[in-house]
Amino acid sequence: MRILPALSLALIALMLASLTIGAAQVDLRMLRQDPLAMLVLVESRLPRMLAVALTGAALSVAGVLIQALVRNRFVGPDTSGTAEGAALGLLAITIWAPASPLWLRMVVASLAAMAATALFLAVIRRLPAREVMLVPIAGIILSGVVGSVVTFVAWQHDLMQFVGTWLGSGEFSGAIAGRYELLWIAGGAAVLAWLAADRFAILGLGDSVATGLGLSVDAVMRLGLLAVSVVTAMVVTTVGMLPFVGLVVPNLVARLMGDNLRQTLPVVALAGAVLVLACDLVARVVVAPYELPAGLILGVLGAGLFLWLLHRRPAHG
Amino acid sequence: MIEIRAVSHRIAGTPILHDITTRLPEGRLTALIGPNGAGKSTLLRLIGRLEPLQAGRIRVAGHDIATTPTDRLAQVMAVLGQQTLIASRLRLAELVAFGRWPHHKGRPTAADRAHVAEAIRTFALDPLADRFMDELSGGQAQRAHIAMAFAQDTEWLLLDEPLNNLDMSHARALMARLRALVDRQGRSVAVVLHEVNYAAAWADHIIALKDGSILAEGAPDAVLTEELLSRLYDAPIAMGRHQGRPLVLHHA
Repeated sequence: MRILPALSLALIALMLASLTIGAAQVDLRMLRQDPLAMLVLVESRLPRMLAVALTGAALSVAGVLIQALVRNRFVGPDTSGTAEGAALGLLAITIWAPASPLWLRMVVASLAAMAATALFLAVIRRLPAREVMLVPIAGIILSGVVGSVVTFVAWQHDLMQFVGTWLGSGEFSGAIAGRYELLWIAGGAAVLAWLAADRFAILGLGDSVATGLGLSVDAVMRLGLLAVSVVTAMVVTTVGMLPFVGLVVPNLVARLMGDNLRQTLPVVALAGAVLVLACDLVARVVVAPYELPAGLILGVLGAGLFLWLLHRRPAHG
Repeated sequence: MIEIRAVSHRIAGTPILHDITTRLPEGRLTALIGPNGAGKSTLLRLIGRLEPLQAGRIRVAGHDIATTPTDRLAQVMAVLGQQTLIASRLRLAELVAFGRWPHHKGRPTAADRAHVAEAIRTFALDPLADRFMDELSGGQAQRAHIAMAFAQDTEWLLLDEPLNNLDMSHARALMARLRALVDRQGRSVAVVLHEVNYAAAWADHIIALKDGSILAEGAPDAVLTEELLSRLYDAPIAMGRHQGRPLVLHHA
């Protein structure tokens, strides 16, 4: 089975569709004669298409990483406290230093995401290793706890509408030129993770094997934590957290191709981009000329896929 | 040579090893034996830096394990702990290939691939090479992990209870392979063994541990005596001989 070419074709088709579908008429063949269409394409359609593809790819790679860090398949960056941590960081800097520059907000969001994810890792280290299902449950509880702190603080400061855009289901209508570029940082973090793919694959084999092969387990953990947190923080800030991508895509790819991450991470990234592009297209088409958040479509589709995964592989974890 | 000097270890406040000082000779097959909870696995894991050293010093072929970078140590010794359930979906051949990682750090050469192919062949894993690890039986997975440690191709090979999950013929084949590694390639092997007769039949050097201390060490004929084994396992044990090697009779 040729997965990579099939996914590449699907990606190209979806990208073209994403560029041409919308309220304004954009005919890719007539661009030179049509300055308005060109403007729509460069300022709105292209940034949106890139934002969607980058988000899907980076979140899927982040999902692989967090699953390797906790050695459990049933977690994603949306169920490990990471997104809520990023939101808490953004909230804190919005309250205490509202005039701070964008880069500082990003750093604070990433650090807070890292702290929340590190807390998750510390919690699950204390769980009995055989209880596979306790790990995702602990993640969901931690996400809930941090999320409720975010809600409480935001409520107190009348900032609930921000929290809605960060943690409500991800939505790409705001992705125009000048307002999506942070996602390239998320893409960069995903590429960085791919460069260290062997290390994460070895880490997934357990501390003993990793140490025996001369890997510094703590260093790889820190690298993974950094990549997951940066990806999640950028996504939370620009388009809002998307559910299920980081959970479902890594599982589907691992089922078909296994966990040799050097080979599978590019496939994971492609598949994530394809899935989110498809969901975003559906969200734009079903109630046209209005649109739904892409995260809503993902929530429905992702929940279905996840149930199927649970049903198909109950024992392996 | 592995030199262990004044090593003590505690786990959650409970003392596991008391002031262990010994040597594992080079170019020999050393067996660590003793009853459950004697500290033999802990000692092996400390040598293999799978546990942080709390007190004392350990040097492996001249490398102090506390100060030598861990990736350098991986080129000197391969260590295999007891297997835990791992959900990773690697193919068997991919797992064994990671044994070469300490040498090539992600850029395998033809020589690395040859080592991997040889390790897979040695453990008769060719028919399983493309299977996912989570589709193998316990014994097959165990052999795959041992093949990975073999592929690492280091001066020292440390194995913690490698015969777990292996049937009689595979256990015998593994011990014969370790023997060949020592005799033909001049490598050094240290292995924690549960069943004392495997030590009696195959080891050159035996270290017997009880309650975190060394009760006896030396050649099999010197260590495996009725008096000493009875004391080691707190049970009456008789000794026989078979093909010139000691044979432990513990069937009462």
